[in-house]
Amino acid sequence: MTTITARRHRHDDDLPAGHHPSKLSRTLVWTGLVLFLIYSIAPVWFLIVSATKDQRDLYTTNGLWFADFHLLDNTRDLFTYHDGIFLRWMANTLLYGVAGTVGMTVICVACGYALAMYRFRGRGILMGCIIGSFLIPGALLTIPSFLLYSRLHIVDTPWAIIVPHFFSAFSVYLAKVYAEGAVPPELLEAARVDGAGEYRAFFTIGARLMTTGSATIFLLGFVGSWNSFFGPLVFLRGEQKWTIMLGLYSWLNIKVDQSVDLTGLVIVGAIVSLIPIVALMLSMQRFWRSGITLGSLK
Amino acid sequence: MSLDLKPKPLTTPPADRGRDVRSSGARWRRTVALKGASFTVPFFAGFVLFTVVPVIMALSKSLYTAKSSGLGFGAKTVSFSGFENFDRALHDVKFWGSLWRVALFAIVVIPLIQATSLTLALLLDSVRRRVAGKLRIAMLVPYMSPGIVATLIWIYLYSPAVGPLTPFFELFGIDANFYSSRLIWVSVGNLMAWGSIGFNMLIVYGALQAVPRDIFDSARVDGASEWRIAWSIKVPYVRRSLVLVSVLGIIGTLQIFSEPLLFRSMTPETVTKDFTPIMTIYNQAFAVGDFNYAAALSIVLALVVGLISAVFYKLTNKAPA
Repeated sequence: MTTITARRHRHDDDLPAGHHPSKLSRTLVWTGLVLFLIYSIAPVWFLIVSATKDQRDLYTTNGLWFADFHLLDNTRDLFTYHDGIFLRWMANTLLYGVAGTVGMTVICVACGYALAMYRFRGRGILMGCIIGSFLIPGALLTIPSFLLYSRLHIVDTPWAIIVPHFFSAFSVYLAKVYAEGAVPPELLEAARVDGAGEYRAFFTIGARLMTTGSATIFLLGFVGSWNSFFGPLVFLRGEQKWTIMLGLYSWLNIKVDQSVDLTGLVIVGAIVSLIPIVALMLSMQRFWRSGITLGSLK
Repeated sequence: MSLDLKPKPLTTPPADRGRDVRSSGARWRRTVALKGASFTVPFFAGFVLFTVVPVIMALSKSLYTAKSSGLGFGAKTVSFSGFENFDRALHDVKFWGSLWRVALFAIVVIPLIQATSLTLALLLDSVRRRVAGKLRIAMLVPYMSPGIVATLIWIYLYSPAVGPLTPFFELFGIDANFYSSRLIWVSVGNLMAWGSIGFNMLIVYGALQAVPRDIFDSARVDGASEWRIAWSIKVPYVRRSLVLVSVLGIIGTLQIFSEPLLFRSMTPETVTKDFTPIMTIYNQAFAVGDFNYAAALSIVLALVVGLISAVFYKLTNKAPA
């Protein structure tokens, strides 16, 4: 009994059978992994350490280790500078992200579901449009979009950020792939036999079976919206409407243009902008991981 | 393009339903398909407005030229100019210079990123899965950081005043100015690698996990070393994923914008306003104000990006994986 457990302990069940790596190759593998781990983590570590320093220590002390602890002062400065404009930017980013992504999830999940579950005329053309649009470089769209939004009078309003975000071809594609795996057609057929209409079948069966897929789509969309830069840069003018990323960029520019040094604020602001998104992604790992593998491998 | 939403009768015979009258059944099935198609209406309405219309607008705008009348104070007159903008684009030395710059950059940096991602995925694949899972999360931290934040981090790391890198290289007697024109692409390339290797590794590693494990066992029985297995079995298996991440990388790199724009804030002499194609387009549209020419440049860039991706895909994805 004891020998068996001891053995199982040594040969962990997830190590491939017949796998007997030599000492040299083990060392090489771990050296490579640890080096890359340092490369991945060290820059973020530098950012965290820098956020705890005051302006003078930032320039005079070792960048990779702590000096006097000023994190709380720096955070207070961040949120009070320029009448608390950073809080405003956070609220904007959150608003654009939530509003845009909720709408996107509803619209794209419904569309992907229909493309997966129904055979109607023109379905092939619609799928072709979706796949084809992956190849359109985002840059091609920006200039004409600006002209279009000017005509629609939504330039420099939140609508220019929120509404176009609704229509994500990639999300439709994800939803379609997910629906094919998650919603058995027999179940819909059974619902029809029981007299449920198509809309009712979607809301009571389809949408529920697709909860995980929808969460994935929402998460990826929200992260994309939080991180976006080019769109807000082109479509938003007044700083009251800016997002965090635009705000940080403008602060970086101020450092160059004038003699005011906002380096400390940019660093703390970057960390604050990182916290919600990293926390969200870590807590919902399985969603976005399955999302990118679904999107890339199927 | 026409969005034909007309329903087609289901080809499969209907399941056993109580009242199966032939004609009403067909009508019923058509209604089902029509209702199904209606789910796609909101998306495609928006898709037409926010994707198809801009593409058409780009095409039509690029055929016109706005000229200021008189001494440049009068109202602008817009006139049809045919392919004049494209002709100008084809001879635009600065635009092609910027395109060549990013293309050269892509040729160097994308293989490096792919090789590193592949190596890393293979390394992860050779340790216990539970350990690999933990390492993988840590290695994905760069991917989780927004592009702007990643760029800010490296801008400060490179900075001679704040960052630790310049003093570090001084220890070895190397004067490394990461903002100089000689090193700027190394700086940007490293920044891009930092942000994208984790993601690429994740996709390649995912493909590795899908390889049937008994192939490795039979190879081991046949006396193949782990290195041999990695090179002769694992690598061919993940080729498709490697090609995919490379195409994504090419599309992304040719459109690089925010990274150089932020570097420009630090070193405007090195990173000019038309350093990359998108920066050129952005500059033409919003600094010069020539939307027509910017639209033509956008189309040219889209064609180049599409062409390069297609050629690359064709060249690398011949053998079935």
